[in-house]
Amino acid sequence: MALILTFAEARDGRLRRASLEVVSEARRLAGALGATVETVVVGAGVTALAGELAAQGADRVRVFDDAALAAYATEVYARALAQAMAAARPQVVLLPFTAMGKDLAPRVAARTGAGLASDCVALEVKDGRLVARRPVYAGKAVTSVEWSGEPRMATLRPNVFALGPQDASRPVEVVPGAVDATARARVVRTTATAQGRVPLSEAQIIVSGGRGLKGPENFHLVESLAEALGGAVGASRAVVDAGWVDHQLQVGQTGRTVSPSLYVAVGISGAIQHLAGMSSSRCVVAINKDPDAPIFKVADYGVLGDLFEVLPQLTEAAKAHRAARG
Amino acid sequence: MKTVVCVEQVPDTETRVRIAASGTAISEADVQSWIPSPYDEFAIEEALRIREAKGGEVVLVTVGPERAQAALRTGLAMGADSAVHVKDAALETADPLGIARALAAAIRTLGAVDLVLCGQQGVGGDHSQVPGMLAELLDLPQVTVAVKIAIGEGEAAVEREIEGARESWTTSLPAVISAQKGLNEPRYASLKGIMAAKKKPLQVLDLKALGLDPGAVAAGARVVRLELPPPRPPVRMVEGDPATQAKELVRLLHEEAKVI
Repeated sequence: MALILTFAEARDGRLRRASLEVVSEARRLAGALGATVETVVVGAGVTALAGELAAQGADRVRVFDDAALAAYATEVYARALAQAMAAARPQVVLLPFTAMGKDLAPRVAARTGAGLASDCVALEVKDGRLVARRPVYAGKAVTSVEWSGEPRMATLRPNVFALGPQDASRPVEVVPGAVDATARARVVRTTATAQGRVPLSEAQIIVSGGRGLKGPENFHLVESLAEALGGAVGASRAVVDAGWVDHQLQVGQTGRTVSPSLYVAVGISGAIQHLAGMSSSRCVVAINKDPDAPIFKVADYGVLGDLFEVLPQLTEAAKAHRAARG
Repeated sequence: MKTVVCVEQVPDTETRVRIAASGTAISEADVQSWIPSPYDEFAIEEALRIREAKGGEVVLVTVGPERAQAALRTGLAMGADSAVHVKDAALETADPLGIARALAAAIRTLGAVDLVLCGQQGVGGDHSQVPGMLAELLDLPQVTVAVKIAIGEGEAAVEREIEGARESWTTSLPAVISAQKGLNEPRYASLKGIMAAKKKPLQVLDLKALGLDPGAVAAGARVVRLELPPPRPPVRMVEGDPATQAKELVRLLHEEAKVI
């Protein structure tokens, strides 16, 4: 029987949504491959999460549950996942392309000799073979990837794979595991940087500002619209390099690649490296005073006008819309 | 401190990507300029600053075809001391694990190393795989996506970004650390640096010289097709005065696009 193994990221005793997206995708593929789904979760108190993983589609949950495993350590988590792979002998191994998955998967791939496709946006089974689709050049092109041997490893971009329905009645088999918790590199402290803010990579709505805002003192207009829409704030490289906002907010080829359901580009002309990072968004709105701005070529809706007049109106309209919907 | 910096040569980020006739790679003829991957420049800059503070040397390593040597010369012009270029036809279709194996073998030829720095991702391939693979292959600890590095005695304090938070790590040295934007502002090479770079030692090695079999770098995950993303439908302009535009846009986003 074929087996798909997934790694579920838990932080502070909670599963990340991206972990559930991976289980959900594994469940969908399991149908096409005639496979079972096993999920590995590492941390302190993570046995309690087995039910949720089962409801999302895991047939079996392998838990490495120990107080010593509370904080993420690459070497320890890699050891646990490699151990699970040796025990379960999966054909396919899937992880979320979160900060943790991005750090962990390459180490495990090198240890096990597995081919790894990162940041995949689609997986499909063609004539019994697994094919992954992954953007390259920050989305200027898309590759199809196949594997030569097993296991086939892939990390999946958060926010792209649909979350299937949960079924709380699904039975779950819990397999406990133990792992050596020594590591040479360790987290000593975690400091929240954007309290209450949605990380860009997971945001459903992003409002990004560019040079059209004229100065950092006007960036609050973008923040207000983002707040009114319940979204996150992004920025173009030009304003990050000018020091208006933190580089963490940069969308584009040397920043973050994002695919929210709504992307609003405010005063961003649309340099090719910016377009690369956001053009896979489901719906794009461009607000710009230059009718020839390249951003209009990737936009679904365009607002030609002075952003200093349009933005306050739009923020009010978005607030009114939210209030009306309760 | 002996620091090794892994460098990848990539197309300039302003490049308009075209697909080659093979259908599995970009058309290099349409690439106007090649640059060291921007994240690798942060790694080179950090290595130079560490050398300036602690002494020692900075060695660059790249895997790539003939043209990749220009990326090494750029790093040497910034101030690195020497470079190793791993060049072999078998590496042209290698996946990140193959590249990491070649880099690891090249680094092993350099004797005792205190620190290996990489960019957090090669711009273009966008895999973000080599640093972690290299750490595993060299049996070293790793800290990836670093925005701050402080070198101590036999250890380093590193800060890295995760979703909505910053993690402070400590790692023993030697270690592999990958650089994120925000780590530093890379210097430009001076004319004097560019002249000096031409005379700095640059060693070219093939797989055989590294004791590697072509099979060791054969791709486990291989690109079978490369294509441009589907074109987006034409833009729909929202007309009227700003107040009308705002209301109409909110209505369209709610009723038509169904995203709010």
